[in-house]
Amino acid sequence: MAEYQNLFTTVQVTGPIHHGPELPHGDSPRTGETPMIVHLLGRLGNAQIGPIYLGGLGLASLILGTLAFNIIGLNMLASVNWDPVQFVRQLFWLALEPPSPAHGLGFAPLNQGGWWQIAGLFLTASMLFWWARVYRRARQLGMGTHVAWAFAAAIWLFLVLGLIRPVLMGTWGESVPFGIFPHLDWTAAFSLRYGNLFYNPFHALSIAFLYGSVLLFAMHGATILAVGRYGGEREIEQIVDRGTASERAALFWRWTMGFNATMESIHRWAWWFAVLCPLVGGIGILLTGTVVDNWYLWAIKHGVAPPYPPVFDPVIDPATLQGAKP
Amino acid sequence: MMTRLIQIVSTLLLAALLVGCERFPMNTVQHGYRGTGMVQVYNPRTLETQDALNTAPAPLPAAATDGPRAKDVYKNVQVLGNLSAGEFVRVMTAMTNWVAPTEGCVYCHNPANFAEDTKYTKVVARRMVEMTRHINSDWKNHVAETGVTCYTCHRGNPVPAQVWFTAPPQDKGADFIGDLAGQNIAGKMVNLSSLPTDPLTPYLLEDKPIRVNGPTALPSGNRQSIKQAEWTYGLMTHMSNSLGVNCTYCHNSRSFQTWEGGPPQRVTAYYGIRMARDLNNDYMTPLTETFPPERKGAGGDVAKVSCATCHQGAYKPLYGTSMLKEHPELAATP
Repeated sequence: MAEYQNLFTTVQVTGPIHHGPELPHGDSPRTGETPMIVHLLGRLGNAQIGPIYLGGLGLASLILGTLAFNIIGLNMLASVNWDPVQFVRQLFWLALEPPSPAHGLGFAPLNQGGWWQIAGLFLTASMLFWWARVYRRARQLGMGTHVAWAFAAAIWLFLVLGLIRPVLMGTWGESVPFGIFPHLDWTAAFSLRYGNLFYNPFHALSIAFLYGSVLLFAMHGATILAVGRYGGEREIEQIVDRGTASERAALFWRWTMGFNATMESIHRWAWWFAVLCPLVGGIGILLTGTVVDNWYLWAIKHGVAPPYPPVFDPVIDPATLQGAKP
Repeated sequence: MMTRLIQIVSTLLLAALLVGCERFPMNTVQHGYRGTGMVQVYNPRTLETQDALNTAPAPLPAAATDGPRAKDVYKNVQVLGNLSAGEFVRVMTAMTNWVAPTEGCVYCHNPANFAEDTKYTKVVARRMVEMTRHINSDWKNHVAETGVTCYTCHRGNPVPAQVWFTAPPQDKGADFIGDLAGQNIAGKMVNLSSLPTDPLTPYLLEDKPIRVNGPTALPSGNRQSIKQAEWTYGLMTHMSNSLGVNCTYCHNSRSFQTWEGGPPQRVTAYYGIRMARDLNNDYMTPLTETFPPERKGAGGDVAKVSCATCHQGAYKPLYGTSMLKEHPELAATP
């Protein structure tokens, strides 16, 4: 007799295929009349695939996103002389660079950042359309719009990096390249240029929320799995009768640390930690270069960075000596 | 069966992900105030392979300083003429051992007439002796009393193992798509990162500004861009790699721009950058026409000096062994 397990379950409970509620007049029909049942996916989530709602917003988002993806990919491929082997080998190194600072906020020639501007425009539009789609789908189901606003927090950080801050700095050259390693090098160079981002308090806050999110995710995931044997993950039953699973979970944390979140508030905690991570991070990026030019000197000025006792013999910048070569 | 297969595949994948990593353990050495991340990380296995490379060869027995001068005994001795004939032969022998141990004297000299300047290598070698003297007398703020000899760079190779050429401009075809912007490809000079692939031309040949940080907390007119910071980062990666040290060997971990309270090695490095630039402009570039095409780079430029040319992965070339004290003739300014 197979045993029911709640993670990577070997027994899949499959009910009648569910199409969801009727859509109002004006909405396009859902795609995928006969949903598929995929056993392997059922091991990770729901085995039922589809129907999916595409609609005008989804279609616009997918088309623009595909265009941006292809512009970036073709630029990468062209940069290795259309050599597919080098394209695969160097994929993580390749990038589409923004225009040089000399071009300011104007249109750059296609191969000197113009492609980056077009790809950036398409990608931004694609994400905004997808956001609108997420918002509208939530409304259609009579849900709150929490998912849309959480997504908006990520879009905020994306827009700060690629649009708002470059505009305030007066050049697209301050923006991020599209590429795996190049965008990481950009991040390091950003910190180097603006005097060590670790002294930016909003960066610190963002890290606190990032690590906090991870901690909360682990605590919540672990708690629910731990009471899975009492049906703790079965939302419907828990709504009708909180019963032993939920009570045990609450009691566990009250015994462990004197305080417990509730079935509802734990999700509020998680939502705010996750949302605040890019939200405050974006504020930190936005202030860099526009309001603060050197975070280390800022931290020294305001007593954030502590002084350390000298270890080495005093060092003088040779460039300040008389007759120094540049 | 299926589960076993998944297990094997995932184990292999995990192993494949790790093959690029260096094996533990590493040695860490504190270099600065505790708790500030001022630490040097060394791979003992890498250091082991470097030992042989950084061992100085035994010096030749000293020669008599009296007797007739080399310029009176031999013809066409332009730079080392004031040495005694014995000293002159000794330094010629040493140079052969250091630079052309396989090829011998004929690498530079016409065996029929040693005085002739027909081989380009002889003309270059003469200029390099002058360069060595220039380094030892005018760049003491970088080489101190340790100094350099031919061996510092050559290590038994006619062409030092670590020279560099200006990267030829990218072939952009119709200049429509695929601009690399001088970076975004695994670059050897920048430790295979995607940083600018030739960060040496702007700083060790030209004198583009290296510093990108502003002097004030709030904006006060510093227009250096993030892109410029990437070029500086590239140069610094080259330096770190050439010396086998971390950033904090020279820099204050809290603020890379701040000199106050930072390691004194940074001052030495500061002069090193200027020294390399001086040598490339005053000694190497003027020799461009002297070298045959096969010794030049893709853009027809001469082989140039970088930090790696002398250091070759060591914080001090030959770990600070002074070969110069056995060869005072290479220190003297005529």
